[in-house]
Amino acid sequence: MWFYIARRILFVVPIALGVTIVCFSLVYLAPGDPMQSLMPADASKADIEMLKRMYGFDQPIPVQYARWLMRALTGDLGLSLQTNQPVFTEIMRALSNTVVISGGAVLLAFGFAVGLGTIAAFKLGKPADRVVTGISVLGVSVPNYWLGIVLIIVFAVQLGWLPATGMGSKGSEGFDLTKWDQFKYAILPIVTMALVPLGVIMRSTRSAVAEVLAQDFIQMLYAKGLGSFAVMRHAVRNALPQILAIMGLQFGYLVGGSILIETIFTWPGTGFLLSKAILTRDIPLLQGTILVLALCFVLTNLAVDLLQTAVDPRIKRA
Amino acid sequence: MTDIALTSVPVDAPALPKSRGYLATVGRRLRYDYVTLVFLAVIVLIAAAALLAPLIAPFDPLKTSMAYRLKPIGFRNFLLGTDELGRDMASRLLYGGRMSLLMGLTPVAVASVVGGCLGVVAGFFGGRVNTVIMRTVDVFYAFPSVLLAVAISGTMGGGVLNGLIALTLVFIPPICRVSETATTQVRHLDFVDAARASGASGWRIVVYHILSNVAAPVFIYASSLISVSILLSAGLSFLGLGVTPPTPDWGQMLANLRQAIYVQPLVCALPGIAIFVTSLSFNMVSDGLRQAMDVKS
Repeated sequence: MWFYIARRILFVVPIALGVTIVCFSLVYLAPGDPMQSLMPADASKADIEMLKRMYGFDQPIPVQYARWLMRALTGDLGLSLQTNQPVFTEIMRALSNTVVISGGAVLLAFGFAVGLGTIAAFKLGKPADRVVTGISVLGVSVPNYWLGIVLIIVFAVQLGWLPATGMGSKGSEGFDLTKWDQFKYAILPIVTMALVPLGVIMRSTRSAVAEVLAQDFIQMLYAKGLGSFAVMRHAVRNALPQILAIMGLQFGYLVGGSILIETIFTWPGTGFLLSKAILTRDIPLLQGTILVLALCFVLTNLAVDLLQTAVDPRIKRA
Repeated sequence: MTDIALTSVPVDAPALPKSRGYLATVGRRLRYDYVTLVFLAVIVLIAAAALLAPLIAPFDPLKTSMAYRLKPIGFRNFLLGTDELGRDMASRLLYGGRMSLLMGLTPVAVASVVGGCLGVVAGFFGGRVNTVIMRTVDVFYAFPSVLLAVAISGTMGGGVLNGLIALTLVFIPPICRVSETATTQVRHLDFVDAARASGASGWRIVVYHILSNVAAPVFIYASSLISVSILLSAGLSFLGLGVTPPTPDWGQMLANLRQAIYVQPLVCALPGIAIFVTSLSFNMVSDGLRQAMDVKS
C-alpha cells in the first residue's frame, strides 16, 4: 500500500507541471503583447524595456517558462496591476473564504443526499425513488447563479430575513462562523452552492447503495432477522467510501468553480477575485488565481484518492 | 447464487421474436417513454420559437424606451414586461434563445467530432500515441470545467467566438476519454481481428468496425453535456464574457436585470427560468436516450 501511495503522489507531478504550462500560456492567449497585459497602460517606454529585461521577456519562451516556474514555486506570482499587492497574498486571503462556503455547501449536500439517496435505493422504481431522482435532475439542471438571485429576491428582498450580499461588517478579517450576525451572511451562498453537489451525490448514493443491496450478504442479513433499518446501516457503510470520494471531488469542483456564486453574493473569495481580475484585465492576478485553484483541485483529487485507500480496507492497490 | 444459474434454465423458452434493427428498437422504446417525449417536444418548441423569433416577436428586441422601463408582466402590450432599458422582454427572450441554443449546441458538436476522433486515434493506435494524447487530456482534467472556461475566455476577452472556443476546449477532454475507453474495449475483440485477417485496411477497420461501436457512447455522453454547455455559456455571458450587448442572450439579460430585483423581481427571474427549462429538457431527453439506447453511464 505504501508503494501505491508513493506512486500516486509521484503521478501528480507531471499533471501539476502540465497545469503550470497551461497557466503560463494564458498570458500568450491574451490579445496583444504579453508585456502590455502585465503592465499598467500608462507605463513609459523605458520602464517597459527595463521590465522586459527584468522579467526576461527577451529570452526564448522555454527559458521564460523555467524562470516563471521557479518564481511561482517560491510563492512569487507577481504583483496585482490594480492593488500592487503580491498576487499570492491576495489569493490566500480569498481562498479561506471560498473554502468556508464550499465546505459548508458540500456538508449540507452530503447530509441530505445520503439520506434521500439511500431511501431511493431501497424503494427502487417506487414513487419515493422517482421523487429523489427528480430532485437530483433538477439539482444539476438549475442555473445556480439564477437560483442565487431568486433566493435573494425571496429571503432578502421580500421576507427580509437574511442579508442579500457581502460578508458583514467584519469583512473577511476575523470572520467567525460561530456568531450568528456573521454566519447569516454565509447561509444563502451555502444553500445556493449546495444544489449541484446535492444532485450529484444523491444520484451516486442511489446507485452505490442499490449495488450493495444486490449483493448476497444482504439476503443473509435479512435471513438472520435484521430489521430494514439495520440492513440499511450495513448497506450505507459499504457504499460510503465511494460516496465520500464523490463528495471530495464535488468539494474540489466547488472551490474551483465558485466564480458565479461569489459574483452574485459579492462573497470575497477566489471566484470573486477572479471576476474582478477579468473585469479589470489584471492578467497576473488572473493567471495566479487560476494556477492556485487548479493546483488545489489536483491536490483535492489526490487527497480523496489516498483517503479512500485508507478508509476502505477492501481496496488493496498494487 | 451460482447454483441458480444451473437450475433455472428455462425448459420451454418462448420463441425469440424476430429481431428488429437496432435503431428500430431504440425508436420503439422511445415511443413508449412519454416523459422523454414531452421534454423532446419542449425542446422542439424552444428551438422553433428561437428560429422563428423574427416572425413571432411582438416588438423589436433592441428598441429601448425610457418611458416604459421595468414594467410588470402583462403591462399593456408587453406580454412579459420590459427590461431596464424599456425593451420588450418577450421579444428579447425569443431572440435570446437563438444565442443560448447556439452557444449550447455548437461547442458540444465540435468537441464531439474533435474529441471523438482524438479518442479513437489514441485507443486504436495505443502505445506512444495514446500516452501523448491521454496525458495531455489528463492535464485539462485538472481544471474544474467552470474554471477552465472562465480562464480561457477571460484571458482572450469576451465575445461569442471566444466563448465558443473556450467551451469547445472544455468539452474535448471528457469526450476524448469516453471515446478512448470505447475504442480500447472493442479494439481487441474477435470481429476486429477477423476483419484484419480478411485483409481490411486500418482505415477501413476504424471507419466500419470501430466507429460504429464508439458512436453510441460518445453520442449519449455528448447529449448529456448539452445542458452543461447551456448553463456554462449563459454563465459566461452572465459574467460579461461570451455574448456582448446589445445582442440579447439569457445569461446576459439575467446579469443586467440583477440590479432591478427590488423593482420587478418577477421580470428579473424570467431569463433564468428560460435557461432552467432548456437545460432541464436536454437533461431529461439525454437520460431517456441513454435508457433507450441501452448505454451504461
